[in-house]
Amino acid sequence: MNIDNANTTAVNRMMEARPILKAVAPAKDVIPGMKDNLFLHAGPPIEWARMSGPLRGAIVGAMLFEGVAASEAEATRMAERGEVEFDSCHHHGAVGPMAGVTSASMKVYVVENAERGNRAFSNLNEGYGKVLRYGAYSDEVLKKLHWMNDVLGVALADALASSSGIDMRALIAEALHMGDEGHNRNKAGSLLYLKLIAPLIAKVVKDDSVESEVLQFLGDNALSVLNPVMAACKAMTDAAHGVEGSTIVTTMARNGTDFGIRVSGLGERQWFTAPAEIPVGLFFSGFSQADANPDIGDSAITETAGIGGFAMATAPAIVTFVGGTPKDAMNATLEMYEITFAESKFFTMPSLEFRGTPTGIDLRKVVELGITPRINTGIAHKNAGVGQVGAGLVRPPLEIFEQALLSFAEKYDL
Amino acid sequence: MSVIKWNARAGAYYDSVVLMQLQRGLLELSGVLDAGVVMATQANRDLLAANNLLPENISANPDDLLIVVKADDDASAESAIGQVDELLTRRKSSSAQQEFRPRSLSAAVKQLPEANWVLISVPGRYAAGVARESLELGKHVFLYSDNVSLDDEISLKKSAREKGLLVMGPDCGTAIINGIGLGFANHVRRGLIGVVGASGTGTQAVTAQIHNLGGGISHAIGTGGRDLKSDVGAITAHQALDVLARDPDTKVIALISKPPSPDVATQLISAAQSTGKPVVVYFIGYPAPARKIGNLWFAVSLSEAAEKAVEQLSHKGTMSVNSDQLSVSSRKGYLRGLFSGGTLAFETMVGLQASLSPIYSNAPITNYQLLKDPLKSEAHSIVDLGDEFFMVGRLHPMIDNDLRIRRMKQEAADAEVGMILFDVVLGEGSHLDPAGELAPVIKEIREKRIGELGELEFVAIVIGTDEDPQNLQSQVSTLEEAGAKVFRTATEAVEYVSLRFGSKKENEFTPVNLEQLNQPLAGINVGLESFYESLIAQGAQAVHVEWKPPAGGNERLASLLAKMKSKKEN
Repeated sequence: MNIDNANTTAVNRMMEARPILKAVAPAKDVIPGMKDNLFLHAGPPIEWARMSGPLRGAIVGAMLFEGVAASEAEATRMAERGEVEFDSCHHHGAVGPMAGVTSASMKVYVVENAERGNRAFSNLNEGYGKVLRYGAYSDEVLKKLHWMNDVLGVALADALASSSGIDMRALIAEALHMGDEGHNRNKAGSLLYLKLIAPLIAKVVKDDSVESEVLQFLGDNALSVLNPVMAACKAMTDAAHGVEGSTIVTTMARNGTDFGIRVSGLGERQWFTAPAEIPVGLFFSGFSQADANPDIGDSAITETAGIGGFAMATAPAIVTFVGGTPKDAMNATLEMYEITFAESKFFTMPSLEFRGTPTGIDLRKVVELGITPRINTGIAHKNAGVGQVGAGLVRPPLEIFEQALLSFAEKYDL
Repeated sequence: MSVIKWNARAGAYYDSVVLMQLQRGLLELSGVLDAGVVMATQANRDLLAANNLLPENISANPDDLLIVVKADDDASAESAIGQVDELLTRRKSSSAQQEFRPRSLSAAVKQLPEANWVLISVPGRYAAGVARESLELGKHVFLYSDNVSLDDEISLKKSAREKGLLVMGPDCGTAIINGIGLGFANHVRRGLIGVVGASGTGTQAVTAQIHNLGGGISHAIGTGGRDLKSDVGAITAHQALDVLARDPDTKVIALISKPPSPDVATQLISAAQSTGKPVVVYFIGYPAPARKIGNLWFAVSLSEAAEKAVEQLSHKGTMSVNSDQLSVSSRKGYLRGLFSGGTLAFETMVGLQASLSPIYSNAPITNYQLLKDPLKSEAHSIVDLGDEFFMVGRLHPMIDNDLRIRRMKQEAADAEVGMILFDVVLGEGSHLDPAGELAPVIKEIREKRIGELGELEFVAIVIGTDEDPQNLQSQVSTLEEAGAKVFRTATEAVEYVSLRFGSKKENEFTPVNLEQLNQPLAGINVGLESFYESLIAQGAQAVHVEWKPPAGGNERLASLLAKMKSKKEN
């Protein structure tokens, strides 16, 4: 076994993946293993009893949305009694921001890796304010979800069906040259997405007021592209998973209670977890660190694929998250080169003379240097339904990388 | 009772991150209870309302910047709002911006690709690992750390030698490369003297004194104290001599060490002779074999080493034995010395021990060099035929040449013998014509050997004066006519013999790249930060690695990581 060769294979599969946004379809039609009483969530698998406020809220909301339960109380009771099933999005090729809760009839983005044929999925982004992904489930929230499913989702599905798809690798590469890092800042990417999808929507949506409504919604939401970007990153990192002897990290995800990682050369369902940390950052007015929930969401898939916090050097507009000066942003990216195996061939950063983003977290380097990946993240309120309270930086606990290294050594008899 | 003041700015776009920071700035002001700074979208207004921060009757569009301050009193609120612009333009002072400090060697190399040296001063048990990684990255190593095992030192130096790289150390305190001091080093001018030093303070003393005497240093290459032990075999010192020999900017070399192992000393002296440049040797505490052997000068103190090195800069044609006296190929086979004078024999042995080792004798320098049987030579041997062992029932060889003639024939019959060295002591009491008896034998042996076993060289030391009864001049010419090389002092003979046996061996190692060594020094420092600061202060390019023990010092993880690295070679 040669670890470096295995890692080369894994990282090449990751960065050479060509994720194409192909379709929007109901989860149960496209997501492998999806069924009516199954609720997918962000992060490593977790049982109801250990779920944090925002995740519980999102699950309640999804149960109400699906009509599985008629009230919060009923939903909670059913969840407690095990009358519905939960599973990690990652076990089904899916990812979702924050709570990441995805249910059977929700429309999801379908991204296909043109290089290897693997597919990845992500739900639609709801925008700001009171939203399911932060655990809100009021009527208003559910109403928006239905509109998204029945109007927005249909428009997107028809639009994509009328095209050969949207090349997400090219979109991300371009957005990185426009001040996005692809995780916390997606303004440029969302505009690029709108630019690409708008003519298609105009072509397929016959009702002018619906067309206007849909375009307005996509344009107002600077996070529109986050979910397709995450699915693209998932398609990339899944392509790198399962390479025998590889120490490349292929998943980093949080469920609001635990932080979990998976490693290419280890099992498909072999998670290494520890309690998630509380992100440190800047808060919206009226909120403080005390309101923050432990780290939550699958969006760390962006860092896993070499963008997000790893590409901080290219996103000067949000440097305050990392200390306040462009120099700090530069240093943040330079630090991530320390623990990655390669530099991206396709995602480059003008501020570093078009150097490729740090790509492919190498378990060995993380443990050797004691440097954990930097993740840019939104911060959820610890209570269900309050929503986002800030944004900042978080790192996974070092011990999960140490656990993974020990398991690797055991599996490969080192 | 608190008050709320607000201010709206039309069309002023700020990123939400900037606004959150402004908000934090406002909260730090005195008298401010709460603050909200947002673009006045409906969602944001709802958010303000939820926190009791939305004033009534505000008029603002979604594109407006809305600043709301809740304070103890009007004055505090007004003052806070008045400071918004200042807060918005507040920058971190530039001194707070720090260059990225890499944590690993590989990142440091990317940051300073032109780095040709790695300075290592981490705790000993980690030092070998860092050194190994440096060599793999193609960098020379200055290894200040001590407590590196001998095995590690040997394997590091062997690996470096294969790659044409230098490992200076472990426990190397001092070096000067291209005018830049590494570790502890004095400020000395650049110049034509190269130093190879197995002793840090020794190197400092010599380089400082060279400077004080007006000379300068091309490179001072440290080796670490154990380099000249048998186990290590002076790998670094040999590489250093070789590269300084090839360096056109080095005219004179000084070789400084604590006493080396005898076998190592012999090889080093032979290598020093091969440089073809004047080399001043000072092996502290090691008896100087001579003042000078060919291009080698032996010093008896650090300051004398510096003086001699500086002196040699102004000397031309310093070889007293002309190189044309030496045949093209160097002498092969063994030396056999057949002496009538015990002191002459001993002085010759002392002189030769640096270049020929070991030399066996019936009256040796050290016991392990004692001939098992005085009647039978072994390897290189110098026999004192005037020893009482031979004197039973026999005249002293200064009077009677018979014993020596028979021994000469005995030695000549041994094909492995390449040179016979003997003394002829004239004067009152001695044989009246020793040359007359020895010359025919020498002639006969030489002719016979040329036909059968290969050439045999004779070298004679003739001690006497022009007033001696034997006629010094005719004694010398008789021996010379018979084909012997004649010297009038043991010193000259020692120099000649040393040079004849000095081998111009082809290096068996990859030569250190001279061009690279002469490039401006750029260093990666791993360990003591003061070494980094010193490089920067000297105007060298440098990067400091923020080094920590691998896996935070967890030995189990660290050993697994080491295995996972070595998998590369499978």
